[in-house]
This record gives sequence, C-alpha cells and structure tokens, in this order.
Amino acid sequence: MIRALVLALVVLAAPALAVQPDEVLADAALEARARAISQQIRCPVCQGESIDDSSAPISRDLRIIIRERLVAGDSDTAVIDYIVDRYGEFVLFNPRSTGSGLVLWLAGPAMLIVGVGVAAVAFRRRRAVVERELTTEERAKLNDLLKG
Amino acid sequence: MIVELGHFALILALCVAVIQTVVPMWGAQTRQAGLMAVAEPAAVMQLLLVGFAFAALTYAFVNSDFSLAVVTANSHTLKPLLYKVSGVWGNHEGSLLLWTLILALFGASAAWFGGNLPSGLKARVIAVQGSIGVAFLLFMLLTSNPFWRLEVPPLNGQDLNPLLQDPGLAFHPPFLYLGYVGLSMSFSFAVAALIEGRVDAAWARWVRPWTLAAWIFLTIGIAMGSWWAYYELGWGGFWFWDPVENASFMPWLLAGALLHSAIVVEKREALKSWTILLAILAFGFSLIGTFIVRSGVITSVHAFANDPERGVFILMILAFFTGGALMLFAWRAGALEAKGLFSVISRESALVANNILLAVSAFVVFVGTIWPLVAELALGRTLSVGAPFFDAAFTPFMVGLALILPVGAMLAWKRGDAGRSVRSLWAAGVLAVALMALAFAVQTGRSALGPVGIGLGAWVIFGALTDLWSRAGRMLARVPRLPRADWGRVTAHAGFGVTIIAVAVMNAWKVEDIRVVQIGESYPLGPYTVTLNAVNEVQGPNFLSTMADMTVTRGGVFVAHLFPEKRFYPVAQMPTTEAAIDYAFTRDLYLVIGDAQDGGGWAVRSYIEPLANWLWGGAGMMALGGLISLTDRRFRVAAGARRPGAVPAE
Repeated sequence: MIRALVLALVVLAAPALAVQPDEVLADAALEARARAISQQIRCPVCQGESIDDSSAPISRDLRIIIRERLVAGDSDTAVIDYIVDRYGEFVLFNPRSTGSGLVLWLAGPAMLIVGVGVAAVAFRRRRAVVERELTTEERAKLNDLLKG
Repeated sequence: MIVELGHFALILALCVAVIQTVVPMWGAQTRQAGLMAVAEPAAVMQLLLVGFAFAALTYAFVNSDFSLAVVTANSHTLKPLLYKVSGVWGNHEGSLLLWTLILALFGASAAWFGGNLPSGLKARVIAVQGSIGVAFLLFMLLTSNPFWRLEVPPLNGQDLNPLLQDPGLAFHPPFLYLGYVGLSMSFSFAVAALIEGRVDAAWARWVRPWTLAAWIFLTIGIAMGSWWAYYELGWGGFWFWDPVENASFMPWLLAGALLHSAIVVEKREALKSWTILLAILAFGFSLIGTFIVRSGVITSVHAFANDPERGVFILMILAFFTGGALMLFAWRAGALEAKGLFSVISRESALVANNILLAVSAFVVFVGTIWPLVAELALGRTLSVGAPFFDAAFTPFMVGLALILPVGAMLAWKRGDAGRSVRSLWAAGVLAVALMALAFAVQTGRSALGPVGIGLGAWVIFGALTDLWSRAGRMLARVPRLPRADWGRVTAHAGFGVTIIAVAVMNAWKVEDIRVVQIGESYPLGPYTVTLNAVNEVQGPNFLSTMADMTVTRGGVFVAHLFPEKRFYPVAQMPTTEAAIDYAFTRDLYLVIGDAQDGGGWAVRSYIEPLANWLWGGAGMMALGGLISLTDRRFRVAAGARRPGAVPAE
C-alpha cells in the first residue's frame, strides 16, 4: 500500500520530458520547423528555459499551438507573431532588431569598430611621436632595429 | 562551541584584514620596512582564520548541526557524506565563505611565493588583496552570516537541491571560485603598479603566472559546469547562455585577453596601460558575475536566493573596487611609459587583434546579459535575450579569432613578414579546406555549420602543429626539447581548435529520437538498435528511482547496456532525470527515460551526440596548455638566470 502510494507520488511529481511523443508531427519537415521555432520561444513561467526544453504545462500548450498553426499552413514568422501577440515580447529569446533592439544587435560591431579605431590612432600617434624626434640617421637605425 | 569559534574567527579575520590593508600600504607609501613586513604574517593569519571558520562550518554540515540556519536549509541526515561536504558551498552563505577562503589563500600565496618581488610592490599587492577581503568579510558578517543560529532547531534538514547532489557539481564551484578570485591577484598587481607608476617586463612576468592559474581554473570550472548540464539536465545541451553561465564566461574571455597582452608587456614592454586596464576589467567582471548570481536582478536557473539588500551591498563593492581602480587608472596611466615599437604586421599587432576580438566578444556577452534589465528600466520593455541572439552575435568574433590565430602566432616580433607566415601555413590551409570539403560530401542536405566548423577547427589545429614544427626549425629531434612555453601555447591553441570542431558538430549533427516504447520493444537510432528490456523501481540512499534497463546493438553486435533513471527526492519534493550515456571517441549515446504512458509503454528520448567528448577534451587541452606554460623555466627561475643551451625538459 505504502509502496503504491509512493509510486503514485513519483509518477505525479515526475517531470514531463520536454517534447512528448504524442506532440511530434508525422511530417518530418514540419516537425523540424516546429522544433526550430520552439527553441526560440521562452517558457513564460520558467527561469530562462525555452519551451522546447521546459517541462511546464504551459510550454506543452505552446508547443501544441505552434504545431497546430504550422499544420494550418502558417509561415514561421506568422507563428512567432501569433505567439508574441498573445504572450508579449518577453517570450522571444531572439529579440527583434527593430527600434531600441537595434542597439543590442549593433553593440558588438560598433565596439569592434571603436576598438580597431582606438588601436589605429594609438599606433599612428606613437609612430608620429617617435619619428618627429628622430634624425635621419636615427630613423635608418630604427628601420634596422625593426627589421632585426 | 566549534560553531561559535568559527564565527569568532571570521570576525577576527575581518580585523586582521583591516590591518593587512592599512599597515603595509602606509608602510609602502612612507617607505618603512617594519610596517611593510606586516603584510606577510597578516596574509597568513588571514588564511588561518578564514580556514578555521570554513572548517567549523564543514564540521557543522558533516555532523548535521541543524541549529545552524544554513545547515537546516541545505542538508539532511540521510544525504551521502560527499554531498554533506559539498553542501557547505551549495548555498549563498557557505559559497561566500569559500570565496573568501580562496581570496585569503591567494593573499597568503603572494606572501609565500612572492620572494623575488620588490618589497614595496609585494606589500601593496598584499594590502590590496586584504582590502578585497575586508569588503567580502563585511558583506558576509552583515548580510549573509553562515553561522546564524536558529532559535528552535528542527529534527532534520530540508536537503540540498537534488540537482546539486552530483559529483560534477560538488567540485564545479571550487574551481570556478579559484578562477574568479584568482583574477583578484591580477587586479591587486595592477592597482599596486598604478600606485607605484611603474610597469615593466618584470611586473608582467610576476603577474602572468597568477593570471594563467586563474584562467586554467576558470577553464576547468566552466567545462565541469557545462559537462554537468550535459549529463544532468537530460536533453544533451551543453551551453545555454544562461546569465550565470555568462557571468563565468566574461571573466574567462577577458582573462584570455589579459594572458596574451601580458606577453607583449613581458617581451616588448608595449601595451602597458591596456594590460592594466584589462586586469582591472577582468576582476571587475568577476565581481559583476558575483552580483548577477547573488542579487537575483537577472533571473536564472541557478541564481541563489533573491535578496535586494545583498544585491545593493555587492553593487557597492563592485562600484568601489572597479570604479576606484578605473579612477586610479585614469589618473596614473599616463605615467606608464611605453617602450617597445612595432609595425602593423607583427606579433604585437596580432596580439592586439586577439585582444580586440576577445574583449569585444566579452562585451557582446555582457550587453546581451544585461539588456533585459536595461530595456525594462530605461525603455519599459520586458524582453528576453537568449541563445539565438548569442549564437548569432558572439560567433562571428570567435570565427575571426580562429582565422587569424595561426597566422598571428607565427609572425615575428617587432616587424613580421605576413607572406612568409602564410607560406609556411599553406599545408595547414589545404588540409583544413580538404577536411571541410570531405565533411560537406559526407553530410547531405544539412546546414554548412558542421563542415565550416570542422574546417575552421582543423585550420587552428594544423596551424598549431605548424607553429611547433617551425619553432623546432623543422627538425624532428628538436621538437621534444622546445621550451615548455612553446608546448603550452601549441597545446592550448590546438585545444581551442578541437573545441570549435566539437561545438559545431554537436550543434549540426546531433541525432534526436522521441517516441513511446513498450517493454521488450526495439527501435532504430541512426545505425544502432535500442531495446527497452525492463523498467524497475530502485531505492537509493535519499531518493527513489525509476530505472530503465536498455541494450544498444549495432548490426547485431552488442554496444552498451544502459540504465537511464528518473529519480524522486522525497525530502526536497523534487524529481531529477539521470541520463545514461555510453561514451566513445566519436560519439556519445545518450538515453533518457520519461513517463509511463496511458496506453502502456514509456516515453523515451535518445540522442547520438557526435564528438561530445571532444568538447571536454578541447577544454582540457586548453587548461593543460596553460599548465604546461605555467611550469616554464622563466616563471620558476629568476630572469637572466637561464643558461644558453639548457635543456628545459625534466
């Protein structure tokens, strides 16, 4: 009896694995698209898990909705828009690169340009300082040194 | 009683830390040898006191002293001894004590191994180290005291989070902290150098081993965390771009940059102020990581308790040390006189490029991690930044790094010859392209990620081998006698290449199968056949397990007998999945058992993870490379003492 109770408890409390066998679509291409989309959607109630990885019931519902929309013939963007309309921007792991989102996407490239620029300026300035202070002979010697 | 002594030792440690900060610093400023000499005994005393406090807390955990609040919240009498011990740092208060212990350990190491340091520099380094200790001891005693007693002790504890009851995770935090806190040494050296206004080759030679050691520990710590996520979380992922992972990744990237720029300071006395800035930033990011993990500002899977009071305190520590050091930098950096000149095509320039790419990639991770916070506070938008963003925004910089690495590593100092460097690498390039083409031919109709990753990784690996070959003057007999610095560099660079291949291939060629399986049923998985023989209930020490018995064959030949589990921890009321993995050189077979289905049978998830072991192997090679480098003669022997023709291999 106790054993049965414990077993029941185990079964009740066990985590449902992320994607369940009954959710999987027969059409492999559609299923692959569904997986790709659900990896980009954040589980609304978990901490930092995608609905593809999450075992929360709401994630299962979302995964099923995605598959229903795909079967109905929606495009990937249409499916994502459908979910964002209902759950907000928060569920997007891949933030939109429009408006203020552009800052996030351009931060890296911008920093790269700044880094290269700073390095180039510093390099030229050092060069200029050294070369201004040198006589012709010294400059020839410097060239020799740099070669060595 | 022992617990009270531990608590008392912690308070004494704070007093000693204050002395360690003030007296040697004052002595160094006023050139009083007697005051400077206080540094060493104070640092050792500090280690003894914090060590005693740590031992006292461990004692309380091992003996299940539930009158302590942290023990009650994180332990249980039935828990195996290993996890009683690892439970000491499996919580906010205890992990902070471990943090402080390691900080004291590094301070004492500076006293022990700093024999050849000038007395002024040594006193200042130990003093700065002491000041960090003051901040963290205050933080611990005021907001997060591990020795807090309960008025009414319960009969038993609430158990440690079952996910953390794992050997991989027992040792992951200590390594990570050795890395985080190890960067405090680079920081202390940087601040001491700024106060003295002098940075030279000798300074770089002293600071580099500490940075290298910190970087090695961080590499191991991050790899262990990633491995744990891979086998414990049950879907075979190894990196999730979670804020807490990012918190450890940013200091790792910056420490990597610092390692390389310190070489330029050591060999050429250039890039001095940049190196100092990097040292400050690398430790700054360690503190930011601490802030992210403990404040709960950014929600994450493994953030400790959310507590705004603690968050504010850490933010103050962060502002004081990073801000203070940056102000000192702005004020004093001009005093650092650069010496070495170099041309655009040179090893120095290649290392500058390495530094720009590593620093920018760390910046991308940083912006992505704090963007949700910025967007919410400044723009009123609640949004998330996850794996798709980081994959897209971070990867290009790593690709750039991998492309220039082999060429840069073979350029000469001062003024290199790019043509010559490229010419000697043609074989490596041809091999890499050939492997990429082969991978394209083998895979059909899949993304270019796998082949490109293989080509890129092969380029780095063959580039590293070419580097070794040319350093030995293209003579096989000389290869074993190369200095360890060369061996270290080549091993670490090759490890980076191996890691690139593993990451690309695991992402591109993973095979996944989700299905309902009846007992006794077989199903195909790639070239393998998997059979579910039975599902049994098993009793563990502090959990109940549903254990499947599965056999894997290939063409009728036995491959593996695997037992994936689903566990339930009754005390913590938490379930976990324990995947069963058959490890092999070219692939891992990864089986997970799910729920019993209504119509009979069990949900089963199976994966083939190609080259999974290469990922940990690559990280291991990077760490090993660092370790080999660390044992190079020039770090052991005083500068100039190296005899020409001496054989470094011992």
